[in-house]
Amino acid sequence: MSEKPPLSVLDRPNSYIGRSVPRPNARRLLAGRGQYPTDMVLPRMVHVAFARSPFAHARIRSIDTEAARAAPGVVAVATGADIARLCKPWVGTLDHFAGMKSPPQYPLAMEKATWQGEPVVAVVAESRAEAEDALELLDIDYEELTPVTDPETALDPATPVIHEDLGDNLCFSSRVDAGDVDAAFADADLVVEEEFHFPRHTGVTLEPRVITADYDPSEERLTAYHGSQTPYQMQDVYARHLGLAEENVRVLCKDLGGAFGIKLHVHGEEMTTCALSMMLGRPVKWVADRLESFVSDIHARDHRVRARMAVTAEGRIVGFDVDDLTGVGPYSVFPRTSAVEGNQVIKLVGAPYAIEHYRAALKVVLQNKNVMSQYRAVGHPIAFAVTESLVDKAAAELDMDPVAIRRANYVPDDAYPYKTASGMAYEQLSLQQSLDRLVEFIDYEGLRREQAQLREKGVYRGIGLGTFVEITAPGAAFYGVGGARISAQDGCSMKLEPSGRVQLAISINELGQGTETIVAQVAATELGVSMEDIRVTTGDTGSTPYGGAAWASRAAAIGSEATVRAARALRENILEVAGAVLQEAPADLDIRDGQIVGRESGEERLSVAEVGRVGYFRPDTLPPDFHPQLSVVRHYAPQGLPFAFTNGIHASYVEVDVETGGVTLLKHWVVEDCGRVLNPKLVEEQARGGVAQGIGMALFEECLYSEEGQLTNASLADYLVPLSSELPDIHVTHVETPTQYSEIGAKGAGEAGTAASPGAIMNAVNDALRPLGARVSAMPMTPERILTALGRI
Amino acid sequence: MYDFQYHRPTSLDEASRMLSGAEEASFIAGGQTLLQTLRQRLAQPSDVVDLGGIAELRGISREGDNVVIGAMSRHNEVAGSADVAGAIPALATLAGGIGDAQVRNMGTIGGSIANNDPAADYPAGLLGLGATVVTNNREIPADDFFVDMFETALEPGEIIRSVRFPVPQRAGYVKFDQPASRYALVGVMVSQGAGGVRVAVTGAGPSVFRVSEMEDALGRDFSADAIAGIRIPSDGLNADIHGSPEYRAHLVTVIAQRAVNAALQAH
Amino acid sequence: MEPIHEITLTVDGEQTTRRVTARRSLADFLREDLGLTGTHVGCEQGVCGACTVRFNGEQIRACLMFAVQADGARVDTVEGLTETGDLTRLQEAFHRNNALQCGFCTPGMLIAASDLLIRNPDPDREEIRAGLSGNYCRCTGYHAIVDAVAEAAQNGKEAEQ
Repeated sequence: MSEKPPLSVLDRPNSYIGRSVPRPNARRLLAGRGQYPTDMVLPRMVHVAFARSPFAHARIRSIDTEAARAAPGVVAVATGADIARLCKPWVGTLDHFAGMKSPPQYPLAMEKATWQGEPVVAVVAESRAEAEDALELLDIDYEELTPVTDPETALDPATPVIHEDLGDNLCFSSRVDAGDVDAAFADADLVVEEEFHFPRHTGVTLEPRVITADYDPSEERLTAYHGSQTPYQMQDVYARHLGLAEENVRVLCKDLGGAFGIKLHVHGEEMTTCALSMMLGRPVKWVADRLESFVSDIHARDHRVRARMAVTAEGRIVGFDVDDLTGVGPYSVFPRTSAVEGNQVIKLVGAPYAIEHYRAALKVVLQNKNVMSQYRAVGHPIAFAVTESLVDKAAAELDMDPVAIRRANYVPDDAYPYKTASGMAYEQLSLQQSLDRLVEFIDYEGLRREQAQLREKGVYRGIGLGTFVEITAPGAAFYGVGGARISAQDGCSMKLEPSGRVQLAISINELGQGTETIVAQVAATELGVSMEDIRVTTGDTGSTPYGGAAWASRAAAIGSEATVRAARALRENILEVAGAVLQEAPADLDIRDGQIVGRESGEERLSVAEVGRVGYFRPDTLPPDFHPQLSVVRHYAPQGLPFAFTNGIHASYVEVDVETGGVTLLKHWVVEDCGRVLNPKLVEEQARGGVAQGIGMALFEECLYSEEGQLTNASLADYLVPLSSELPDIHVTHVETPTQYSEIGAKGAGEAGTAASPGAIMNAVNDALRPLGARVSAMPMTPERILTALGRI
Repeated sequence: MYDFQYHRPTSLDEASRMLSGAEEASFIAGGQTLLQTLRQRLAQPSDVVDLGGIAELRGISREGDNVVIGAMSRHNEVAGSADVAGAIPALATLAGGIGDAQVRNMGTIGGSIANNDPAADYPAGLLGLGATVVTNNREIPADDFFVDMFETALEPGEIIRSVRFPVPQRAGYVKFDQPASRYALVGVMVSQGAGGVRVAVTGAGPSVFRVSEMEDALGRDFSADAIAGIRIPSDGLNADIHGSPEYRAHLVTVIAQRAVNAALQAH
Repeated sequence: MEPIHEITLTVDGEQTTRRVTARRSLADFLREDLGLTGTHVGCEQGVCGACTVRFNGEQIRACLMFAVQADGARVDTVEGLTETGDLTRLQEAFHRNNALQCGFCTPGMLIAASDLLIRNPDPDREEIRAGLSGNYCRCTGYHAIVDAVAEAAQNGKEAEQ
């Protein structure tokens, strides 16, 4: 027997880890053969459409459904009370958020409608068109109530209380206080401060929210073809709220047309559609149209942040003082709540910097607008736009270079492990190394020279930096400890086919980020077979192990660890069979390129396919009581600290047209450290896509509400999503600091692009405007806002 | 979308007859606006008359000192027409900048001007170039055609046959568009020709309008500097999610200057 | 009773006759009546471009046309253009460059890109960005799509030589 320990997955020959392997499953999508939930068609399927409240706040006096029921094609009409008989309400609070409150929310509005667009009545018909026709025949008598729309006045005694049982409109408040902030500010040579406004925006997944619910009363079994990034969570929610046995609920989602955090929340329409399928005993489909998406998909952000930063004359940052107010709609969203974003803002401001004195206060208030909850990079873009904007402001006042002030104040690369003033524990970051890389990557000095030359010609260009530290791959600290039934672990099962090929099923799902590819890379490497020999299944609670799926930048970090463990177990079991066939010790054998080889000699002994053949068809040739175990399952729960922090820095280069206020993005760069890079191309694409959404926030996107609580731009023609012609090239490079808490060392990469880009762009715009004495601190930085800042209108 | 009766006439006469027989009819030209309107149930026509089958509404030609564009000419046909590019390049630029490639393959000049969206490009093109709208029973100068937001001089049942553009000495069109839809926040067509100087602004007000103060100034001195100091009042300009009246008023001057420069560069 | 129209058209090279209501969009007709689900519906507002198909050889939005208007026309979808090989060079380049994530915009993006390359076989990056400005992608940030179209154009040029 050999004395050397087995090779780790990182040392195995023919490794796929770190290679930009193209995604095998992309071919299907390129050929137009994706299987999206909007494509689903089932026998006897009917369609549901929703009547929605036209008012932000109204009492529902009466609902007359008679004419709608009699309309052509109509199968059923259901009110809030009808659905409530089948579906229990939910409450969007978490136990570890002390004092948090939110009322029970029903799938359809009950006595009151609390936002414009809240679903009130469901009409089911043979076709969607007929269901929509019948909506017009409903007679719903509303009594308009005063809407609560402005977070600033939501807690005033004169403001109506949306949910009387709660006593007031406060959903949650929290404080962080470390060091001696008052003294730090009193002693500071310089205090910079600003009030920032971050708009409400929304995810705009290109495929809208969709579900086809198929309830079979003969087995009391619900199959939901649901466009969801968290199928296991939804299995739990459907079972518990619809009173079904958990094993009788199956949630499937093969391909999914965009998620970004939008498709993991409990929305009333999907719950209603399942209840209707139970009511009717036949499949019911709902697809949001784009108008419905705007008024019912969760919105995000909506923060007013007042912040100040204390600095010494030498440019040392000593403290932050932050106040965040956020309006989250009439309910905290189930099951993750609407308080996490604000909670992250008050933890993350100042996070890259070594500071002692830190104070932050958060108020989360209820209002009569669409519900608000987690969307890509939860809280991070706000925290880092605030932080990095104040850092640049201080640098300008002290006449320091933005690079120099950062280098002087980052948590140094040799200072880890490190705990921030707000209480976050970092294992190891690479802030200084990443900054050095960026300076080189963008030719910072050359860019500054170009900027100066052009400025003399009346061209106003700006360079902005945006540092981030990111919470990824959370353990149970996010939700589990608060009582939410959201899995923090994931599982991977692997089965050797008789042909020697492998079926892999995993609870991490594919959103287009490349899950299926990276788990195949890891599995192939650890097993010693070709990636082409591995077929991956995701997105089916009925045939994959239980897990958390894809959210909070966890898929690669957690999925790769579950996979490597399952692959190792399967390899060991394959070698057990091979050892029995060859009458050799399994430890002296290995698998390389699909062949069983001598571990030392590398000599080919047997194919994996032969192991499959013997194991399944000729176990009689194996020793007595030897039972080949050619299917395995392994789970992985994140270890060590509550979160795997990543870091990096962005740079944005912009030109401002000072006559129109228009901003042209010239280039954007990202240096990012997500630990071990499993597939550089896929990490780069996550960064780019994330940057694009951050650009949307910085320059274009905003859900605009009137004072009456009406969303005034609920169409894609009016809500501006960035197009190819608005976006710059986005260049990405990597620094790799693997986490030591896991075997492979990957951390999360899905949200970092969004976390830092809005702040970098804001800094770039303000850098361009600085010689003109103008400054913007509200997003989106529209041409009109910029011209107003310039005093030209 | 409500249901409706669909008709596809092959001649103008047939189209008129179908229209007069209908309770409340809509024309469909390129459909790029109508389908969105119908889908949102903002209109409920009893009948939709498709003008796509009428051959006499197609074609682009140079006729003496004019370019005549059939009402059903699509934006990409106008943008790609050698006759248009040779005679009025600013009009080709305008057509080539409407919406996106897919819209330009379907949307038509007739549909655009009949709709008279306050942010559409063609109204500025017609008014700024002093065009004439030719219908099935009369000719309407652009100055009289565009009445108000989504309102034109067309009578019920009247069908646009073509638009006749006099060839100017020079012209330029520039717009500051809003991303996503490419509608003009402010778009300005400036031309100088036999009829003098014309400056037409779309996007800024409820309907396209001329700026006589700029026309006078440019008549004296056709340069961007000549209108740099002319600021139009913001009263009555559009206020919407994309910009305030004050912002639009500011942009009119900026964009008009750029349109003058475009006209000077093109000729 | 809602009026029904019989239409005959050629979809992906096959002539087909169907009965449709006047208000049925071409996109819904392709997806629901013919099962051609490669054509996606993202906004039904004529903005996102996910429903882009070729109509008589030119790209249009299938959500902004009634099926009844396509009577007598030739319509090509991603499924048909994949089979004919019209999109192969682009599909390969998209795959190599990972120019798609969720894939929902991809069929429309491919058809728009092929239309662009027909009109301009050698576009620069700015022309590619402008040419694809009728198609939303929410996942990629477009950079890889521009890379892929540029690469397909280059490969097309080399194949010509």
